[in-house]
Amino acid sequence: MVAIIDYKAGNLMSVECAVKKLGFSCCVTRSAEEVRGSESIIFPGVGAAGEAMVNLRDLGLDKVLKEVFEVHKPILGICLGAQIILEASQENDVQCLGIIKGDVKLFPRPLFSEENNRLKIPHMGWNGIHVRKSHPVLKGIMPADEFYFVHAYYPLPALDDYVIGTTGYGIEFPSIIGYENLIAVQFHPEKSGRAGLRILRNFCTWDGGYAE
Amino acid sequence: MLSKRIIPCLDVRDGKTTKGIKFKENIDIGDPVEMARFYYEEGADEIVFYDITASSDRRDIMIDVVRRVAEEIFIPFSVGGGIRTIEDMRQVLLAGAEKVSVNTAAVHNPKIIAEGARAFGSQCIVLGMDVKKVGASRKIPSGYEIVIHGGRTYTGIDALVWAKEAENLGAGEICLNAIDADGTQQGYEMALTPLISENVNIPVIASGGAGDIDHIYYVLTRGKADAALVASIVHYGTYTIRQIKDELHARSVKVRMRW
Repeated sequence: MVAIIDYKAGNLMSVECAVKKLGFSCCVTRSAEEVRGSESIIFPGVGAAGEAMVNLRDLGLDKVLKEVFEVHKPILGICLGAQIILEASQENDVQCLGIIKGDVKLFPRPLFSEENNRLKIPHMGWNGIHVRKSHPVLKGIMPADEFYFVHAYYPLPALDDYVIGTTGYGIEFPSIIGYENLIAVQFHPEKSGRAGLRILRNFCTWDGGYAE
Repeated sequence: MLSKRIIPCLDVRDGKTTKGIKFKENIDIGDPVEMARFYYEEGADEIVFYDITASSDRRDIMIDVVRRVAEEIFIPFSVGGGIRTIEDMRQVLLAGAEKVSVNTAAVHNPKIIAEGARAFGSQCIVLGMDVKKVGASRKIPSGYEIVIHGGRTYTGIDALVWAKEAENLGAGEICLNAIDADGTQQGYEMALTPLISENVNIPVIASGGAGDIDHIYYVLTRGKADAALVASIVHYGTYTIRQIKDELHARSVKVRMRW
């Protein structure tokens, strides 16, 4: 069973539909017991970091997330869920979960492309990834694959070692970060067509280890 | 670098699409779910549904369509047409749409943009703008006026002023529909699109007039559009989305080529 954590941070319908479509059983839950009892955890989220942290604490899920990380359950952070696993966010100037050292930054403004065109913020639409380190969850992902992004902030881990992949948008920012049994993607795999589904399928069968 | 998006638009009335796909005989061409899946598999980057159901008490039919689409396709899709309240937005988003677009309701009540953005996030709120060229005047300095009721009613609102106001209110994207070009297949309104796109910091989808790949190429390059809405050109089978993307790619426009 894959637990999709519901902490009032956006609509989880598409994540749930995608996991079900792939043939895995899943539940959308805010119950600590259900999260502890699951084999793996998807930690999604859209919205603002400040409110998300308040909701997580109110529901007691901040502690549960750290706990399941400690017992080596595979965790997939998506979008806001890939940000608030870090220590702090510039968005609402808020303390976050701190599972990974580092913080969450706002895109610098103004932002320009290599051709010197002004770039819009948020970064919204399809973009590629540059994989730096192979990872079981990225198995089968090809260089030409693109993913759907919607965000104005990005995760910046303290150690380069946590950066699994990057994406270029005016700057080259970490779009996939990983540490032990945690993998987190800034894009929305559930909205990224076949390549996104591939990542979700890889995750749902991942044991949290790195052996090929 | 972001890819330019190609977005097919499906008009839906009472749960059925109003235009079929000419070159694809083996699917139920009236079924929005089947058509969405077809375009998804053909490489559409996003899909827009426009609900033209006349009667508002039949909205639940559209909600059911949205739910079934969400189960089948895994790219973003938006729903517009007849969205008047926050509750209308909520229903569509909870059924699985990524975005909801408001047009007439926002003209009558601009606060709906701010309230929607606060409730669901700016990324969910698309402002649909129907625009007519009227010539520059003191009241309409840009020369483009916002119209409603399918272009029959002039609002006295300048298109550029409205686009900026909507951005300030929290709209996450603008779908810019040039009423005069719509359905003509004679090309997008090439002066309007960059005027809006270069003066806001949110993405602009150009809509209305695509009849040839050249039109799409120009609106995405000189026109500065972030995305191009396509309807007749794909529904009537003039080109497939694959052909459009192949050609754009060959002409150095960055588009998503693997799906």
